[in-house]
Amino acid sequence: MNHAPTAPTRNTKVMDRFDLTKRLVARLKNEEAVIGGIGNTNFDLWTAGHRPQNFYMLGSMGLAFPIALGAALAQPSRHIFALEGDGSLLMQLGCLATIASLAPKNLTMIVMDNGIYQITGAQPTPAATVSDIVAIATGAGLTQSTWAADEDDFERLIDNALTNDGPNFIAVRIDDKPGAGTTDRDPVQIRQRFMLGLGVRKQI
Amino acid sequence: MAEAAAEPTSSRAWHEIVLQTLKKNDIRLVPYVPDRVLTTLIKNIHADPFFTTFPTAREEEAVGIVSGAWMGGMRGAVLMQTSGFATLPNALASLALPYQIPLIMFVSERGTLGEFNYGQSLVCRTMRPVLDSLAMEHHTMTRLDELEFTVDRSIKQAIATQAPVALILSPLLTGGKVFTA
Ligand SMILES: Cc1ncc(C[n+]2csc(CCOP(=O)(O)OP(=O)(O)O)c2C)c(N)n1
Repeated sequence: MNHAPTAPTRNTKVMDRFDLTKRLVARLKNEEAVIGGIGNTNFDLWTAGHRPQNFYMLGSMGLAFPIALGAALAQPSRHIFALEGDGSLLMQLGCLATIASLAPKNLTMIVMDNGIYQITGAQPTPAATVSDIVAIATGAGLTQSTWAADEDDFERLIDNALTNDGPNFIAVRIDDKPGAGTTDRDPVQIRQRFMLGLGVRKQI
Repeated sequence: MAEAAAEPTSSRAWHEIVLQTLKKNDIRLVPYVPDRVLTTLIKNIHADPFFTTFPTAREEEAVGIVSGAWMGGMRGAVLMQTSGFATLPNALASLALPYQIPLIMFVSERGTLGEFNYGQSLVCRTMRPVLDSLAMEHHTMTRLDELEFTVDRSIKQAIATQAPVALILSPLLTGGKVFTA
C-alpha cells in the first residue's frame, strides 16, 4: 500500500523568504524587473519596499514565470527576475520547457520551496518529500539550475545571474513562515506603475 | 478601405488575412497551442521573421507570456483551439481582465458544424457562456469578406480600451476539421 516517502537528504540550508527577497532587491542596481507570484512571493516583494519595476500577481497561480518570460522577450536589455512558490510552479511545470527552448539570456527564475501550500493552510504539496525541483528544471532543459546552499550562496548566484547569460533557475529551501506583509490589491495601478517603471508608458 | 482595394480580400485565404492583419497592427509575439485548422497559419507565422512564435505547454502559459510582453511594450496574440479556451477562465478573470491587459485570442472553433467528437461539442458549448459571463468582447468570424475588418478593428479596440478580445474562427470560415461519416 502507500508508504510514507522518506524525504531526501539535502545539504541546503532552510532560509527565510523575506530575508532572501530583501537580499535580492538590494543587489538590483539597473532597474531590473521583478515579478512576484501569487501570495507570499509577491507579499514579501512588496514588503521589501515597492520599486517601480515590481509586478505583483494577485491570482493566476503559476503564471509568474510565463509573465516574466514575456517581459524578457519584450525587453531583452533589461534583466527580469521572477519569484515563485514551489506549489505554484508545480501547476505550470510545462513553462520550464518553453523557457528552456527560448533561452532568454535576461531571465532568472527563483523558486521559494517550502514543500507546502503555505497560504492555504500549509498543506504539503505532492512534490514535498519526493521531487527535486532543480532536477525537474534541469530535466526540462534549464541547464543553469541550482539550489542555493545558504544566504551567501544565494547572493553569489544572483550576482552571477546579473552578469552571465541566462536563463538561470535558482531554488531555495525556506521555512513555513507566511509573507511579511500584504500587497495593495489594486491590479490596474500595479500594471500601470509597472509599465511606467519599464519605460513603456510616460507619466501624464 | 484603401488597403483592401489594393489587394482584393477575396484573393487571400483566411490565414493570410489574419497574418497580414497581425503584422499591420505590429503584433509580433504569437505563442500557441496548435489546432489542425491553424496548421498553415502557424507554419506561415514561423516562416516570417517579423514574428516571434513558439508553442507553449498550456494556453494559460501563453496568456501569461503575452501579458508580460504587453507590459514590456511588445504586442502579442495567442492561438488556440476551443478546448484550450476552456482552460482559461481563471487566467482571464484573475490576470487579463482585472489588470486591463488587451489580450488578443484567436480560437479555432471545434465542436460545432460537423463535429465528430462528443467531448469537443460539449467543451464548445462552454465557450460563449464563459465569454459572456465575463462581459468579454468576442466575435465569431464566418465570412472571408468581413474577416479583415473584424480582426483589424477588434485588435485596435482591444488596445485602445485595454480589454481582452476573443476572435473565434468558425468552420464556416476555415472549413473546420472534416470527417467522413
Ligand atoms: C488555480 C488555483 N488553484 C488553487 C488556488 C488556491 N491557492 C492560492 S495560493 C495557493 C498555494 C500557493 O503555494 P506556493 O506557490 O507553494 O506558495 P506558498 O503559499 O507556499 O508561499 C493555492 C493552492 C488558486 N489561487 N488558484
